[in-house]
Amino acid sequence: MTAALTRADAAPVASSKRRRRAPGWLAVLPLLVFTAVAFGLPAVAILNGAFTVKDPASGTTSYTTENLTTSLQGAYLTALLGSVKLSAVSAALGALLGLPLAQAVVTSRFPALREAVLTASGVLANFGGVPLAFAFVATLGNAGVLTRHLGLADTGWDLYSFWGLVLVYLYFLIPLMVLTITPALDGLRTQWREAAQNNGATAVQYWRHVALPVLLPSLLGGLVLLFGSAFAAYATAAAMVGSSVPLVTLQIADAISGNVLVGQENVALALSLDMVLVAGLVMAVYLPLQRRSARWLA
Amino acid sequence: MARLNLWRWGVLGLAGLYFLVPMAASVVFTVDVPGQGITFDAYTRIFSTDGFVSSLLLSLGLAAATIAIVLLLMVPAMVALRLGAPRLRPVVEVVCSLPLVVPPIAFVAGIGTVLKWGPEHLSRTPLFQTFVAIQNPDFPFVLVPAYVVMALPFVYRALDAGLRAVDVPTLVEAARSCGAGWPQALVRAVLPNLRGALLNASFLTLALVLGEFTVAQLLGFQPFAVWIVNVSGSQAQLSVAVSVLSLLVTWVLLLALAGAGGRTRTASRG
Repeated sequence: MTAALTRADAAPVASSKRRRRAPGWLAVLPLLVFTAVAFGLPAVAILNGAFTVKDPASGTTSYTTENLTTSLQGAYLTALLGSVKLSAVSAALGALLGLPLAQAVVTSRFPALREAVLTASGVLANFGGVPLAFAFVATLGNAGVLTRHLGLADTGWDLYSFWGLVLVYLYFLIPLMVLTITPALDGLRTQWREAAQNNGATAVQYWRHVALPVLLPSLLGGLVLLFGSAFAAYATAAAMVGSSVPLVTLQIADAISGNVLVGQENVALALSLDMVLVAGLVMAVYLPLQRRSARWLA
Repeated sequence: MARLNLWRWGVLGLAGLYFLVPMAASVVFTVDVPGQGITFDAYTRIFSTDGFVSSLLLSLGLAAATIAIVLLLMVPAMVALRLGAPRLRPVVEVVCSLPLVVPPIAFVAGIGTVLKWGPEHLSRTPLFQTFVAIQNPDFPFVLVPAYVVMALPFVYRALDAGLRAVDVPTLVEAARSCGAGWPQALVRAVLPNLRGALLNASFLTLALVLGEFTVAQLLGFQPFAVWIVNVSGSQAQLSVAVSVLSLLVTWVLLLALAGAGGRTRTASRG
Protein backbone atom coordinates (compact mmCIF):
# COMPACT_ATOMS: atom_id res chain seq x y z
CA MET A 1 0.00 0.00 0.00
CA THR A 2 2.83 2.38 0.79
CA ALA A 3 4.34 1.63 -2.59
CA ALA A 4 1.10 2.40 -4.33
CA LEU A 5 0.78 5.70 -2.50
CA THR A 6 4.28 6.85 -3.35
CA ARG A 7 3.77 5.98 -6.97
CA ALA A 8 0.50 7.85 -7.11
CA ASP A 9 2.20 10.83 -5.44
CA ALA A 10 5.11 10.81 -7.80
CA ALA A 11 3.12 10.59 -11.00
CA PRO A 12 0.02 12.75 -11.01
CA VAL A 13 -2.62 13.11 -13.74
CA ALA A 14 -0.97 11.56 -16.76
CA SER A 15 -0.19 8.20 -15.24
CA SER A 16 -3.52 7.88 -13.48
CA LYS A 17 -5.20 8.35 -16.84
CA ARG A 18 -3.02 5.72 -18.42
CA ARG A 19 -3.59 3.38 -15.53
CA ARG A 20 -7.31 3.69 -16.02
CA ARG A 21 -7.23 3.08 -19.73
CA ALA A 22 -4.79 0.20 -19.77
CA PRO A 23 -7.05 -2.29 -17.96
CA GLY A 24 -9.83 -1.40 -20.41
CA TRP A 25 -8.03 -2.68 -23.46
CA LEU A 26 -6.38 -5.51 -21.62
CA ALA A 27 -9.63 -6.76 -20.15
CA VAL A 28 -11.49 -6.79 -23.45
CA LEU A 29 -8.63 -8.32 -25.40
CA PRO A 30 -9.03 -11.96 -24.21
CA LEU A 31 -12.69 -11.89 -25.22
CA LEU A 32 -11.85 -10.60 -28.68
CA VAL A 33 -9.02 -13.09 -29.18
CA PHE A 34 -11.21 -15.92 -27.99
CA THR A 35 -14.11 -15.11 -30.32
CA ALA A 36 -11.69 -14.58 -33.20
CA VAL A 37 -10.56 -18.19 -32.75
CA ALA A 38 -13.65 -20.02 -31.51
CA PHE A 39 -16.11 -18.15 -33.69
CA GLY A 40 -13.95 -16.76 -36.47
CA LEU A 41 -12.30 -20.01 -37.53
CA PRO A 42 -15.59 -21.89 -38.08
CA ALA A 43 -17.01 -18.82 -39.85
CA VAL A 44 -14.04 -18.74 -42.19
CA ALA A 45 -14.39 -22.49 -42.69
CA ILE A 46 -18.04 -22.05 -43.72
CA LEU A 47 -17.21 -19.26 -46.15
CA ASN A 48 -14.21 -21.03 -47.59
CA GLY A 49 -15.94 -24.39 -47.90
CA ALA A 50 -19.09 -22.95 -49.41
CA PHE A 51 -17.08 -21.56 -52.30
CA THR A 52 -14.66 -24.43 -52.94
CA VAL A 53 -15.00 -27.65 -54.84
CA LYS A 54 -12.51 -30.47 -54.53
CA ASP A 55 -11.92 -32.53 -57.62
CA PRO A 56 -12.00 -36.17 -56.42
CA ALA A 57 -9.69 -37.34 -59.23
CA SER A 58 -6.85 -34.85 -59.05
CA GLY A 59 -7.41 -33.72 -55.46
CA THR A 60 -7.13 -30.08 -56.43
CA THR A 61 -9.51 -27.50 -55.06
CA SER A 62 -10.96 -24.60 -56.96
CA TYR A 63 -13.17 -21.65 -56.08
CA THR A 64 -16.66 -21.67 -57.54
CA THR A 65 -20.25 -20.78 -56.77
CA GLU A 66 -21.33 -24.28 -57.72
CA ASN A 67 -22.15 -25.28 -54.12
CA LEU A 68 -24.36 -22.28 -53.62
CA THR A 69 -26.19 -23.00 -56.86
CA THR A 70 -26.68 -26.62 -55.81
CA SER A 71 -27.91 -25.50 -52.39
CA LEU A 72 -30.69 -23.55 -54.07
CA GLN A 73 -31.93 -26.42 -56.23
CA GLY A 74 -34.01 -29.55 -55.93
CA ALA A 75 -34.35 -31.17 -52.52
CA TYR A 76 -32.15 -28.51 -50.90
CA LEU A 77 -34.38 -25.71 -52.13
CA THR A 78 -37.45 -27.64 -50.95
CA ALA A 79 -35.89 -27.96 -47.49
CA LEU A 80 -34.94 -24.28 -47.37
CA LEU A 81 -38.45 -23.22 -48.39
CA GLY A 82 -39.93 -25.76 -45.97
CA SER A 83 -37.95 -24.17 -43.13
CA VAL A 84 -38.99 -20.67 -44.15
CA LYS A 85 -42.64 -21.69 -44.38
CA LEU A 86 -42.62 -23.52 -41.06
CA SER A 87 -40.86 -20.64 -39.32
CA ALA A 88 -43.14 -18.01 -40.85
CA VAL A 89 -46.35 -19.85 -39.93
CA SER A 90 -45.25 -20.67 -36.38
CA ALA A 91 -43.85 -17.17 -35.81
CA ALA A 92 -47.09 -15.56 -36.97
CA LEU A 93 -49.19 -17.86 -34.79
CA GLY A 94 -46.82 -17.42 -31.85
CA ALA A 95 -47.06 -13.64 -32.10
CA LEU A 96 -50.86 -13.72 -32.46
CA LEU A 97 -51.29 -15.99 -29.45
CA GLY A 98 -48.53 -14.50 -27.32
CA LEU A 99 -49.91 -10.96 -27.44
CA PRO A 100 -53.26 -11.64 -25.70
CA LEU A 101 -51.51 -13.83 -23.14
CA ALA A 102 -48.99 -11.09 -22.33
CA GLN A 103 -51.79 -8.52 -22.21
CA ALA A 104 -53.79 -10.71 -19.80
CA VAL A 105 -50.74 -10.99 -17.56
CA VAL A 106 -49.75 -7.31 -17.69
CA THR A 107 -53.22 -6.02 -16.84
CA SER A 108 -53.66 -8.57 -14.06
CA ARG A 109 -53.81 -7.22 -10.54
CA PHE A 110 -51.96 -10.17 -9.05
CA PRO A 111 -48.19 -9.61 -9.01
CA ALA A 112 -47.71 -13.28 -8.13
CA LEU A 113 -49.49 -14.37 -11.31
CA ARG A 114 -47.37 -12.04 -13.36
CA GLU A 115 -44.14 -13.28 -11.80
CA ALA A 116 -45.21 -16.88 -12.22
CA VAL A 117 -46.08 -16.47 -15.90
CA LEU A 118 -42.89 -14.55 -16.68
CA THR A 119 -40.73 -17.07 -14.84
CA ALA A 120 -42.50 -19.91 -16.61
CA SER A 121 -42.01 -18.12 -19.92
CA GLY A 122 -38.31 -17.78 -19.20
CA VAL A 123 -38.04 -21.51 -18.67
CA LEU A 124 -40.28 -22.50 -21.55
CA ALA A 125 -38.70 -20.12 -24.06
CA ASN A 126 -35.44 -21.98 -23.50
CA PHE A 127 -37.21 -25.33 -23.44
CA GLY A 128 -36.71 -26.14 -27.12
CA GLY A 129 -34.75 -29.19 -27.94
CA VAL A 130 -34.98 -32.80 -26.99
CA PRO A 131 -37.18 -32.82 -23.85
CA LEU A 132 -39.80 -30.76 -25.68
CA ALA A 133 -39.92 -33.22 -28.55
CA PHE A 134 -40.35 -36.11 -26.14
CA ALA A 135 -43.06 -34.38 -24.14
CA PHE A 136 -45.09 -34.00 -27.32
CA VAL A 137 -44.34 -37.51 -28.54
CA ALA A 138 -45.63 -38.76 -25.19
CA THR A 139 -48.73 -36.59 -25.53
CA LEU A 140 -49.70 -36.65 -29.18
CA GLY A 141 -47.32 -39.11 -30.82
CA ASN A 142 -48.38 -42.46 -32.25
CA ALA A 143 -48.55 -44.06 -28.79
CA GLY A 144 -49.14 -40.76 -26.99
CA VAL A 145 -51.51 -40.42 -24.07
CA LEU A 146 -53.99 -38.09 -25.79
CA THR A 147 -53.73 -40.00 -29.07
CA ARG A 148 -54.73 -43.19 -27.28
CA HIS A 149 -57.41 -41.82 -24.98
CA LEU A 150 -59.08 -39.52 -27.49
CA GLY A 151 -58.71 -41.89 -30.42
CA LEU A 152 -56.95 -39.20 -32.46
CA ALA A 153 -55.35 -41.75 -34.78
CA ASP A 154 -58.71 -42.37 -36.45
CA THR A 155 -59.16 -38.69 -37.21
CA GLY A 156 -55.98 -38.66 -39.26
CA TRP A 157 -53.93 -36.79 -36.66
CA ASP A 158 -50.20 -36.98 -37.30
CA LEU A 159 -47.71 -35.29 -34.98
CA TYR A 160 -44.83 -35.98 -37.33
CA SER A 161 -46.07 -33.50 -39.92
CA PHE A 162 -45.88 -29.80 -40.74
CA TRP A 163 -48.75 -28.82 -38.45
CA GLY A 164 -47.50 -31.15 -35.75
CA LEU A 165 -44.20 -29.29 -35.78
CA VAL A 166 -46.01 -25.94 -35.69
CA LEU A 167 -47.91 -27.09 -32.61
CA VAL A 168 -44.66 -28.12 -30.92
CA TYR A 169 -42.73 -24.98 -31.90
CA LEU A 170 -45.48 -22.80 -30.43
CA TYR A 171 -44.58 -24.31 -27.07
CA PHE A 172 -41.41 -22.22 -26.93
CA LEU A 173 -42.40 -19.46 -29.36
CA ILE A 174 -45.43 -18.21 -27.41
CA PRO A 175 -43.39 -17.76 -24.18
CA LEU A 176 -40.68 -16.03 -26.21
CA MET A 177 -43.29 -13.63 -27.55
CA VAL A 178 -44.62 -13.02 -24.05
CA LEU A 179 -41.11 -12.13 -22.86
CA THR A 180 -40.47 -9.87 -25.85
CA ILE A 181 -43.75 -7.98 -25.78
CA THR A 182 -44.26 -7.60 -22.02
CA PRO A 183 -41.90 -4.59 -21.64
CA ALA A 184 -43.72 -2.83 -24.47
CA LEU A 185 -47.11 -3.57 -22.93
CA ASP A 186 -45.77 -2.27 -19.61
CA GLY A 187 -44.82 0.90 -21.46
CA LEU A 188 -48.43 1.58 -22.45
CA ARG A 189 -49.37 4.23 -19.93
CA THR A 190 -52.80 4.04 -18.33
CA GLN A 191 -53.00 7.80 -18.90
CA TRP A 192 -53.10 7.20 -22.65
CA ARG A 193 -56.08 4.91 -22.30
CA GLU A 194 -57.77 7.37 -19.97
CA ALA A 195 -57.07 10.25 -22.31
CA ALA A 196 -58.54 8.27 -25.21
CA GLN A 197 -61.60 7.42 -23.12
CA ASN A 198 -62.07 11.03 -22.06
CA ASN A 199 -62.07 12.03 -25.69
CA GLY A 200 -64.81 9.50 -26.33
CA ALA A 201 -62.77 6.72 -27.92
CA THR A 202 -64.00 3.15 -27.69
CA ALA A 203 -61.72 0.31 -26.68
CA VAL A 204 -61.34 -0.70 -30.32
CA GLN A 205 -60.45 2.85 -31.33
CA TYR A 206 -57.93 3.05 -28.50
CA TRP A 207 -56.22 -0.12 -29.67
CA ARG A 208 -56.39 0.83 -33.33
CA HIS A 209 -55.07 4.38 -33.01
CA VAL A 210 -52.96 4.41 -29.83
CA ALA A 211 -51.86 1.05 -28.51
CA LEU A 212 -51.11 -0.83 -31.73
CA PRO A 213 -49.02 1.93 -33.35
CA VAL A 214 -46.94 2.14 -30.18
CA LEU A 215 -46.64 -1.64 -29.98
CA LEU A 216 -45.97 -2.16 -33.68
CA PRO A 217 -42.15 -2.03 -33.59
CA SER A 218 -42.07 -4.45 -30.66
CA LEU A 219 -44.63 -6.70 -32.33
CA LEU A 220 -42.66 -6.84 -35.56
CA GLY A 221 -39.45 -7.26 -33.62
CA GLY A 222 -40.96 -10.15 -31.71
CA LEU A 223 -42.20 -11.65 -34.96
CA VAL A 224 -38.78 -11.72 -36.61
CA LEU A 225 -37.19 -12.96 -33.40
CA LEU A 226 -39.67 -15.84 -33.34
CA PHE A 227 -38.99 -16.50 -36.99
CA GLY A 228 -35.25 -16.67 -36.39
CA SER A 229 -35.72 -18.90 -33.38
CA ALA A 230 -37.92 -21.35 -35.29
CA PHE A 231 -35.66 -21.19 -38.33
CA ALA A 232 -32.56 -22.20 -36.35
CA ALA A 233 -34.29 -24.96 -34.37
CA TYR A 234 -32.85 -28.38 -35.06
CA ALA A 235 -32.91 -30.60 -31.98
CA THR A 236 -36.70 -30.68 -31.61
CA ALA A 237 -37.29 -31.61 -35.22
CA ALA A 238 -34.42 -34.10 -35.31
CA ALA A 239 -35.59 -35.90 -32.17
CA MET A 240 -39.21 -35.86 -33.30
CA VAL A 241 -39.76 -36.22 -37.02
CA GLY A 242 -36.48 -37.55 -38.36
CA SER A 243 -36.74 -36.33 -41.95
CA SER A 244 -40.43 -36.65 -42.81
CA VAL A 245 -40.74 -32.86 -42.97
CA PRO A 246 -38.16 -31.20 -45.25
CA LEU A 247 -36.14 -28.71 -43.18
CA VAL A 248 -32.83 -27.07 -43.99
CA THR A 249 -31.34 -27.91 -40.58
CA LEU A 250 -32.08 -31.61 -41.10
CA GLN A 251 -30.55 -31.46 -44.59
CA ILE A 252 -27.36 -29.92 -43.25
CA ALA A 253 -27.14 -32.53 -40.51
CA ASP A 254 -27.62 -35.32 -43.06
CA ALA A 255 -24.96 -33.91 -45.32
CA ILE A 256 -22.45 -33.44 -42.48
CA SER A 257 -22.90 -36.93 -41.11
CA GLY A 258 -22.42 -38.32 -44.62
CA ASN A 259 -25.89 -39.86 -44.77
CA VAL A 260 -26.17 -38.74 -48.36
CA LEU A 261 -23.69 -38.73 -51.20
CA VAL A 262 -20.07 -38.40 -50.24
CA GLY A 263 -18.61 -35.03 -51.09
CA GLN A 264 -21.74 -33.11 -50.14
CA GLU A 265 -20.07 -31.55 -47.10
CA ASN A 266 -19.40 -28.36 -48.99
CA VAL A 267 -23.02 -28.17 -50.09
CA ALA A 268 -23.86 -28.41 -46.38
CA LEU A 269 -21.56 -25.44 -45.82
CA ALA A 270 -23.28 -23.57 -48.65
CA LEU A 271 -26.64 -24.35 -47.02
CA SER A 272 -25.22 -23.09 -43.73
CA LEU A 273 -24.24 -19.89 -45.48
CA ASP A 274 -27.81 -19.59 -46.83
CA MET A 275 -29.07 -19.96 -43.27
CA VAL A 276 -26.65 -17.37 -41.95
CA LEU A 277 -27.82 -14.95 -44.62
CA VAL A 278 -31.48 -15.48 -43.70
CA ALA A 279 -30.70 -15.19 -39.98
CA GLY A 280 -28.59 -12.10 -40.66
CA LEU A 281 -31.50 -10.54 -42.51
CA VAL A 282 -33.74 -11.32 -39.55
CA MET A 283 -31.36 -9.62 -37.10
CA ALA A 284 -30.95 -6.66 -39.46
CA VAL A 285 -34.71 -6.16 -39.24
CA TYR A 286 -34.95 -6.94 -35.53
CA LEU A 287 -32.26 -4.68 -34.04
CA PRO A 288 -33.50 -1.34 -35.49
CA LEU A 289 -37.07 -2.27 -34.53
CA GLN A 290 -35.97 -3.02 -30.99
CA ARG A 291 -34.22 0.33 -30.78
CA ARG A 292 -37.34 2.05 -32.07
CA SER A 293 -39.56 0.39 -29.52
CA ALA A 294 -37.12 1.32 -26.76
CA ARG A 295 -38.06 4.96 -27.39
CA TRP A 296 -41.47 4.44 -25.86
CA LEU A 297 -40.22 2.53 -22.88
CA ALA A 298 -37.80 5.14 -21.62
CA MET B 1 -65.04 -5.03 -16.14
CA ALA B 2 -66.56 -8.42 -15.44
CA ARG B 3 -66.46 -9.19 -19.15
CA LEU B 4 -62.83 -8.15 -19.28
CA ASN B 5 -61.98 -10.44 -16.40
CA LEU B 6 -63.81 -13.31 -18.05
CA TRP B 7 -61.76 -12.76 -21.18
CA ARG B 8 -58.54 -12.62 -19.19
CA TRP B 9 -59.22 -15.83 -17.30
CA GLY B 10 -60.24 -17.47 -20.56
CA VAL B 11 -56.91 -16.58 -22.15
CA LEU B 12 -54.94 -17.66 -19.09
CA GLY B 13 -56.95 -20.87 -18.83
CA LEU B 14 -56.35 -21.82 -22.45
CA ALA B 15 -52.66 -21.03 -22.13
CA GLY B 16 -52.48 -23.07 -18.95
CA LEU B 17 -54.13 -25.97 -20.73
CA TYR B 18 -51.77 -25.82 -23.69
CA PHE B 19 -48.67 -25.60 -21.52
CA LEU B 20 -49.66 -28.04 -18.80
CA VAL B 21 -51.27 -30.85 -20.81
CA PRO B 22 -48.02 -32.03 -22.47
CA MET B 23 -46.34 -32.02 -19.05
CA ALA B 24 -49.15 -33.95 -17.43
CA ALA B 25 -49.42 -36.31 -20.38
CA SER B 26 -45.67 -36.96 -20.22
CA VAL B 27 -45.98 -37.96 -16.58
CA VAL B 28 -48.97 -40.18 -17.36
CA PHE B 29 -47.03 -41.67 -20.27
CA THR B 30 -44.18 -42.66 -17.97
CA VAL B 31 -46.27 -44.23 -15.20
CA ASP B 32 -49.23 -45.68 -17.10
CA VAL B 33 -47.64 -48.24 -19.39
CA PRO B 34 -50.07 -50.07 -21.68
CA GLY B 35 -50.36 -53.68 -20.57
CA GLN B 36 -48.60 -53.06 -17.24
CA GLY B 37 -50.85 -50.69 -15.40
CA ILE B 38 -49.47 -47.99 -13.12
CA THR B 39 -45.75 -48.43 -12.52
CA PHE B 40 -42.90 -46.18 -11.47
CA ASP B 41 -40.44 -48.47 -13.10
CA ALA B 42 -39.25 -45.85 -15.60
CA TYR B 43 -38.10 -43.54 -12.80
CA THR B 44 -36.42 -46.19 -10.69
CA ARG B 45 -34.60 -47.53 -13.72
CA ILE B 46 -33.04 -44.17 -14.65
CA PHE B 47 -30.02 -44.36 -12.39
CA SER B 48 -29.14 -47.91 -13.29
CA THR B 49 -29.41 -47.34 -17.03
CA ASP B 50 -26.18 -47.50 -18.94
CA GLY B 51 -24.75 -44.10 -19.71
CA PHE B 52 -27.03 -41.97 -17.54
CA VAL B 53 -24.48 -41.13 -14.88
CA SER B 54 -21.56 -40.75 -17.26
CA SER B 55 -23.46 -38.57 -19.74
CA LEU B 56 -24.88 -36.39 -16.98
CA LEU B 57 -21.46 -35.98 -15.38
CA LEU B 58 -20.00 -35.12 -18.77
CA SER B 59 -22.66 -32.45 -19.30
CA LEU B 60 -22.11 -31.03 -15.82
CA GLY B 61 -18.35 -30.96 -16.36
CA LEU B 62 -18.75 -29.22 -19.70
CA ALA B 63 -21.15 -26.75 -18.07
CA ALA B 64 -18.71 -25.98 -15.26
CA ALA B 65 -15.88 -25.37 -17.71
CA THR B 66 -18.11 -23.25 -19.95
CA ILE B 67 -19.36 -21.12 -17.07
CA ALA B 68 -15.85 -20.59 -15.73
CA ILE B 69 -14.47 -19.52 -19.10
CA VAL B 70 -17.39 -17.38 -20.18
CA LEU B 71 -17.36 -15.48 -16.87
CA LEU B 72 -13.58 -15.08 -16.91
CA LEU B 73 -13.81 -13.62 -20.41
CA MET B 74 -16.91 -11.52 -19.98
CA VAL B 75 -16.82 -10.06 -16.46
CA PRO B 76 -13.52 -8.18 -16.82
CA ALA B 77 -14.50 -7.03 -20.31
CA MET B 78 -17.92 -5.76 -19.22
CA VAL B 79 -16.52 -4.03 -16.14
CA ALA B 80 -13.80 -2.43 -18.24
CA LEU B 81 -16.41 -1.10 -20.65
CA ARG B 82 -17.96 0.80 -17.76
CA LEU B 83 -14.63 2.02 -16.45
CA GLY B 84 -12.25 3.13 -19.10
CA ALA B 85 -13.09 1.81 -22.52
CA PRO B 86 -16.58 2.95 -23.52
CA ARG B 87 -15.44 3.19 -27.11
CA LEU B 88 -15.07 -0.59 -27.20
CA ARG B 89 -18.70 -1.00 -26.24
CA PRO B 90 -20.12 -1.36 -29.77
CA VAL B 91 -17.36 -3.86 -30.58
CA VAL B 92 -18.22 -6.07 -27.64
CA GLU B 93 -21.92 -5.70 -28.35
CA VAL B 94 -21.48 -6.88 -31.94
CA VAL B 95 -19.16 -9.73 -30.93
CA CYS B 96 -21.71 -10.94 -28.39
CA SER B 97 -24.61 -10.71 -30.85
CA LEU B 98 -22.86 -12.50 -33.70
CA PRO B 99 -23.69 -15.99 -32.38
CA LEU B 100 -27.37 -15.07 -32.78
CA VAL B 101 -26.86 -14.70 -36.51
CA VAL B 102 -25.21 -18.09 -36.96
CA PRO B 103 -27.61 -20.94 -36.16
CA PRO B 104 -26.01 -23.75 -34.11
CA ILE B 105 -26.27 -26.16 -37.01
CA ALA B 106 -24.31 -23.83 -39.30
CA PHE B 107 -21.81 -23.20 -36.49
CA VAL B 108 -21.20 -26.91 -36.01
CA ALA B 109 -20.80 -27.38 -39.77
CA GLY B 110 -18.00 -24.82 -39.56
CA ILE B 111 -16.42 -26.44 -36.49
CA GLY B 112 -16.52 -29.85 -38.14
CA THR B 113 -14.69 -28.45 -41.14
CA VAL B 114 -12.04 -26.85 -38.96
CA LEU B 115 -11.54 -30.12 -37.09
CA LYS B 116 -10.99 -31.89 -40.40
CA TRP B 117 -8.12 -29.53 -41.18
CA GLY B 118 -6.26 -31.25 -38.35
CA PRO B 119 -5.70 -34.66 -39.97
CA GLU B 120 -5.41 -33.09 -43.43
CA HIS B 121 -2.81 -30.41 -42.87
CA LEU B 122 -1.31 -30.80 -39.42
CA SER B 123 -0.66 -34.51 -39.07
CA ARG B 124 3.10 -33.99 -38.80
CA THR B 125 3.07 -31.06 -36.40
CA PRO B 126 2.70 -31.07 -32.62
CA LEU B 127 -0.58 -29.17 -33.11
CA PHE B 128 -2.10 -32.42 -34.29
CA GLN B 129 -1.82 -33.85 -30.78
CA THR B 130 -3.87 -30.91 -29.54
CA PHE B 131 -6.53 -31.68 -32.12
CA VAL B 132 -6.68 -35.25 -30.87
CA ALA B 133 -6.67 -34.22 -27.22
CA ILE B 134 -9.54 -31.75 -27.50
CA GLN B 135 -11.65 -34.44 -29.15
CA ASN B 136 -11.15 -36.99 -26.39
CA PRO B 137 -14.62 -38.56 -25.91
CA ASP B 138 -14.14 -38.65 -22.13
CA PHE B 139 -13.98 -34.88 -22.01
CA PRO B 140 -14.37 -33.33 -25.45
CA PHE B 141 -12.89 -29.92 -24.70
CA VAL B 142 -13.69 -28.80 -28.23
CA LEU B 143 -17.33 -28.42 -27.13
CA VAL B 144 -16.44 -25.88 -24.43
CA PRO B 145 -15.39 -23.01 -26.73
CA ALA B 146 -18.43 -23.74 -28.89
CA TYR B 147 -20.71 -23.49 -25.86
CA VAL B 148 -18.94 -20.35 -24.66
CA VAL B 149 -19.65 -18.71 -28.02
CA MET B 150 -23.29 -19.82 -27.89
CA ALA B 151 -23.65 -18.48 -24.34
CA LEU B 152 -22.17 -15.05 -25.13
CA PRO B 153 -25.48 -13.31 -26.01
CA PHE B 154 -27.19 -14.55 -22.84
CA VAL B 155 -24.27 -13.74 -20.59
CA TYR B 156 -23.87 -10.32 -22.16
CA ARG B 157 -27.48 -9.42 -21.49
CA ALA B 158 -27.46 -10.80 -17.95
CA LEU B 159 -24.26 -8.94 -17.02
CA ASP B 160 -25.34 -5.76 -18.78
CA ALA B 161 -28.58 -5.73 -16.80
CA GLY B 162 -26.65 -6.31 -13.57
CA LEU B 163 -24.06 -3.63 -14.27
CA ARG B 164 -26.75 -1.10 -15.10
CA ALA B 165 -27.85 -1.21 -11.49
CA VAL B 166 -24.33 -0.61 -10.15
CA ASP B 167 -22.24 2.56 -10.33
CA VAL B 168 -19.02 0.77 -11.17
CA PRO B 169 -16.68 3.79 -11.53
CA THR B 170 -17.64 5.18 -8.11
CA LEU B 171 -17.39 1.76 -6.54
CA VAL B 172 -13.93 1.14 -7.95
CA GLU B 173 -12.78 4.67 -7.12
CA ALA B 174 -13.93 4.20 -3.53
CA ALA B 175 -12.17 0.86 -3.24
CA ARG B 176 -9.00 2.29 -4.78
CA SER B 177 -9.09 5.28 -2.44
CA CYS B 178 -9.20 2.87 0.45
CA GLY B 179 -6.01 1.33 -0.83
CA ALA B 180 -7.30 -1.65 -2.77
CA GLY B 181 -5.45 -2.81 -5.88
CA TRP B 182 -7.24 -3.45 -9.15
CA PRO B 183 -7.87 -7.17 -8.52
CA GLN B 184 -8.98 -6.46 -4.98
CA ALA B 185 -11.35 -3.70 -6.07
CA LEU B 186 -12.89 -6.03 -8.63
CA VAL B 187 -13.22 -9.07 -6.42
CA ARG B 188 -14.18 -7.39 -3.14
CA ALA B 189 -16.19 -4.39 -4.33
CA VAL B 190 -17.63 -4.98 -7.80
CA LEU B 191 -18.32 -8.71 -7.90
CA PRO B 192 -20.43 -8.89 -4.70
CA ASN B 193 -22.70 -6.26 -6.21
CA LEU B 194 -23.05 -8.36 -9.33
CA ARG B 195 -24.03 -11.51 -7.48
CA GLY B 196 -27.49 -11.65 -9.00
CA ALA B 197 -26.25 -11.04 -12.52
CA LEU B 198 -23.49 -13.62 -12.16
CA LEU B 199 -25.99 -16.18 -10.91
CA ASN B 200 -28.29 -15.40 -13.82
CA ALA B 201 -25.50 -15.72 -16.35
CA SER B 202 -24.29 -18.98 -14.81
CA PHE B 203 -27.75 -20.43 -14.69
CA LEU B 204 -28.56 -19.57 -18.30
CA THR B 205 -25.26 -21.09 -19.38
CA LEU B 206 -25.91 -24.21 -17.32
CA ALA B 207 -29.36 -24.63 -18.89
CA LEU B 208 -27.89 -24.09 -22.34
CA VAL B 209 -25.14 -26.68 -21.91
CA LEU B 210 -27.37 -29.29 -20.26
CA GLY B 211 -29.90 -29.05 -23.05
CA GLU B 212 -27.47 -28.66 -25.93
CA PHE B 213 -27.92 -31.35 -28.56
CA THR B 214 -27.00 -30.05 -31.99
CA VAL B 215 -23.27 -29.44 -31.65
CA ALA B 216 -22.54 -32.47 -29.49
CA GLN B 217 -24.52 -34.88 -31.64
CA LEU B 218 -23.04 -33.78 -34.94
CA LEU B 219 -19.50 -33.84 -33.58
CA GLY B 220 -20.20 -37.35 -32.33
CA PHE B 221 -20.07 -36.92 -28.54
CA GLN B 222 -22.59 -38.12 -26.01
CA PRO B 223 -23.47 -35.66 -23.28
CA PHE B 224 -26.86 -35.70 -21.60
CA ALA B 225 -29.21 -34.51 -24.37
CA VAL B 226 -27.65 -36.81 -26.96
CA TRP B 227 -27.88 -39.72 -24.54
CA ILE B 228 -31.63 -39.18 -24.02
CA VAL B 229 -32.23 -39.36 -27.76
CA ASN B 230 -30.08 -42.44 -28.16
CA VAL B 231 -31.87 -44.21 -25.33
CA SER B 232 -35.33 -43.23 -26.60
CA GLY B 233 -35.28 -45.74 -29.43
CA SER B 234 -35.20 -48.72 -27.09
CA GLN B 235 -36.79 -47.29 -23.93
CA ALA B 236 -39.45 -44.69 -24.73
CA GLN B 237 -40.82 -44.45 -21.18
CA LEU B 238 -37.39 -43.95 -19.69
CA SER B 239 -36.40 -41.14 -22.08
CA VAL B 240 -39.63 -39.26 -21.39
CA ALA B 241 -39.14 -39.76 -17.65
CA VAL B 242 -35.65 -38.24 -17.92
CA SER B 243 -37.06 -35.33 -19.95
CA VAL B 244 -39.68 -34.66 -17.29
CA LEU B 245 -37.04 -34.76 -14.55
CA SER B 246 -34.69 -32.44 -16.43
CA LEU B 247 -37.46 -29.89 -16.91
CA LEU B 248 -38.40 -30.10 -13.22
CA VAL B 249 -34.78 -29.57 -12.17
CA THR B 250 -34.45 -26.56 -14.48
CA TRP B 251 -37.67 -25.10 -13.14
CA VAL B 252 -36.69 -25.56 -9.51
CA LEU B 253 -33.29 -23.99 -10.19
CA LEU B 254 -34.84 -20.94 -11.82
CA LEU B 255 -37.43 -20.50 -9.09
CA ALA B 256 -34.73 -20.79 -6.43
CA LEU B 257 -32.69 -18.22 -8.31
CA ALA B 258 -35.67 -15.89 -8.55
CA GLY B 259 -36.26 -16.28 -4.84
CA ALA B 260 -32.62 -15.72 -3.91
CA GLY B 261 -31.90 -12.75 -6.13
CA GLY B 262 -35.36 -11.25 -6.54
CA ARG B 263 -34.43 -10.82 -10.17
CA THR B 264 -36.98 -12.99 -11.91
CA ARG B 265 -37.54 -10.60 -14.74
CA THR B 266 -33.95 -10.20 -15.82
CA ALA B 267 -33.57 -13.95 -15.58
CA SER B 268 -36.56 -14.63 -17.72
CA ARG B 269 -35.51 -12.22 -20.40
CA GLY B 270 -32.17 -13.86 -20.93
